[in-house]
Amino acid sequence: MRAIESQAKRQRILTASVFYIGAILIAIVMFLPFYWSVMTSFKPDEDMFSMPIKWFPADITLEHYKKAFTTVPFGLYFWNSFFLAITGVLLNLFFGSLSGYAFAKLKFKGNSGLFRVLLAAMMVPGIVTMIPSVYVLRHIPLMGGNDLFGSGGMGLMNSFWGIILPGASGTFAVFFMRQFFLTLPSDMMEMARIEGCGEFKIFWRIYLPLTKPALATLSIFTFQAGWNSFLWPMIVLNDPNKATIQMGLQAFSFNFQTDYGPMMAGALVAILPILVLFLALQRYFIQGIAFSGIKG
Amino acid sequence: MTSATKPVSAKSASVTRLGKHQARMGYLFIMPTMLLFAVFMVIPVGMALYLSFTNYDVLSSNDWVGMDNYRRLFGDDLYWKTFVNVMIYAVVFVPLNVLISLLLAILLNRAARGVKALRTFYYLPTLTSAVAAATVWIWMLHPEYGLVNGILSLFGITGPAWVSQTDTAMLSIIMMTLWQSVGSNMIIYLAGLQGVPDYLYESARLDGASKFDCLRYITWPQLRPTTFLVSTMSIIGALQLFDQAFVLTQGGPANATKTPVYLIYQQGFNQLQMGYASSQAFVLAMAILVFSLISMKINKSEESIV
Repeated sequence: MRAIESQAKRQRILTASVFYIGAILIAIVMFLPFYWSVMTSFKPDEDMFSMPIKWFPADITLEHYKKAFTTVPFGLYFWNSFFLAITGVLLNLFFGSLSGYAFAKLKFKGNSGLFRVLLAAMMVPGIVTMIPSVYVLRHIPLMGGNDLFGSGGMGLMNSFWGIILPGASGTFAVFFMRQFFLTLPSDMMEMARIEGCGEFKIFWRIYLPLTKPALATLSIFTFQAGWNSFLWPMIVLNDPNKATIQMGLQAFSFNFQTDYGPMMAGALVAILPILVLFLALQRYFIQGIAFSGIKG
Repeated sequence: MTSATKPVSAKSASVTRLGKHQARMGYLFIMPTMLLFAVFMVIPVGMALYLSFTNYDVLSSNDWVGMDNYRRLFGDDLYWKTFVNVMIYAVVFVPLNVLISLLLAILLNRAARGVKALRTFYYLPTLTSAVAAATVWIWMLHPEYGLVNGILSLFGITGPAWVSQTDTAMLSIIMMTLWQSVGSNMIIYLAGLQGVPDYLYESARLDGASKFDCLRYITWPQLRPTTFLVSTMSIIGALQLFDQAFVLTQGGPANATKTPVYLIYQQGFNQLQMGYASSQAFVLAMAILVFSLISMKINKSEESIV
């Protein structure tokens, strides 16, 4: 009896250790690129180009960070990206929850039809609208030197609005908020109406404060998407002073192809805000992805 | 009689008044969204086909050229090469992405100490932007001093020049994008695994099913909606690959990693042949549509088998 028991115990310990060894090995593989780039960004040049690999730097230097920030205006790019991402978050939170609320809670003709059209548009691949959107941006009436009929100037090309407006009320934001508002009871609405409360006030004062967790998740995702976006900003913004951090990093790694130290420093600076956000608000991240899986 | 019906009609009148007010407010609330949607989605989608029949070049010309763009496109060897490139990419990337994400999810779908921390580590790469990740991987894959070849040399293997060799350049992009995407798909699969009822496993075990049987006949079929989501999203993403190819390999060497979106970008925004680029984009969009439908079909057909 005891022999069987101890054998089962040994078996359990063996399974557990196989699990941990395997899982930790995978974790190391996933983490290695981070470790490697952090090490490189602090290593002096002569340590970088040496074989076999030096896993721990003998000296630490901030040279690479200094170089990354002085050869190109990385600080400015950082700020540009930050501004674009934060504006995107605020607009998406407001418009997304406003129309998500309307689709979930207010009765009007065409409610479900319009919502279905929005959902269907989520399936349209981005490449379809890329070139026509440039046309539309260039020909927005009365903007950027355009006349009433949208010709003559640059429109919203080469302006931050050209990035902000097309994504200001993303379909995902509307959909996400609608699903959340659907879970809230409608009787608070009826009560407030009887009390003579206006519709916007019902939304703003009663329902919106209840959606804080959803808003947190949505802000994280919108921020990440805005901060990491690359192709569309590259198309819209031509002025080097308006470049985003992703554009700046790409240009840097293209122009200084062998300057690996500053390249790693720049890449880490471009990753850092999302990493900080993730570590601070981890549980909202996980909830959000799980949600996007359930919707399918 | 009249006095009895009056309050009812008055009430219904006030209800319709309230309903009308509510409807007006509803329209007002969705107006900004619908306006932006019309300008930046409906109009562009409508224009996408039209522009592909013109010689639009941003500056001067915007004339109807009929089928010229499409005729040119069918003889454009580079365009079809980019198609073949993303096909190769998708054929390797999509199944591996599904498989690895699922295996990671199964591995970490347990209540053991440290599992949360492990999930975090697996998830970290998905936070990086494609540009930053590619920048890091340029250095990781450095032929002489890169980490990958450094580790390979510990095992006595001389690693290739990864991004500058035609036969390994696409492989480099596949490795990097897998590193970047399996974490978030793992979370989607973990959510899916939570939805598989335990009694299925219990009764299967009573019937003497092995662990592999459970995986094959319970987990995999139960997760079909999740697999459908993950595979469709990765097909759509794979066919529109751009950022990684642009930064890591710059489409090279010898166009081995040039993708359709890359070519459309160059055609439209470097050479300003937007009419022609639109026709390329339209054909790509059709291909994406076809492949999403195929993915849908495969996932449905398997349902009838199992």
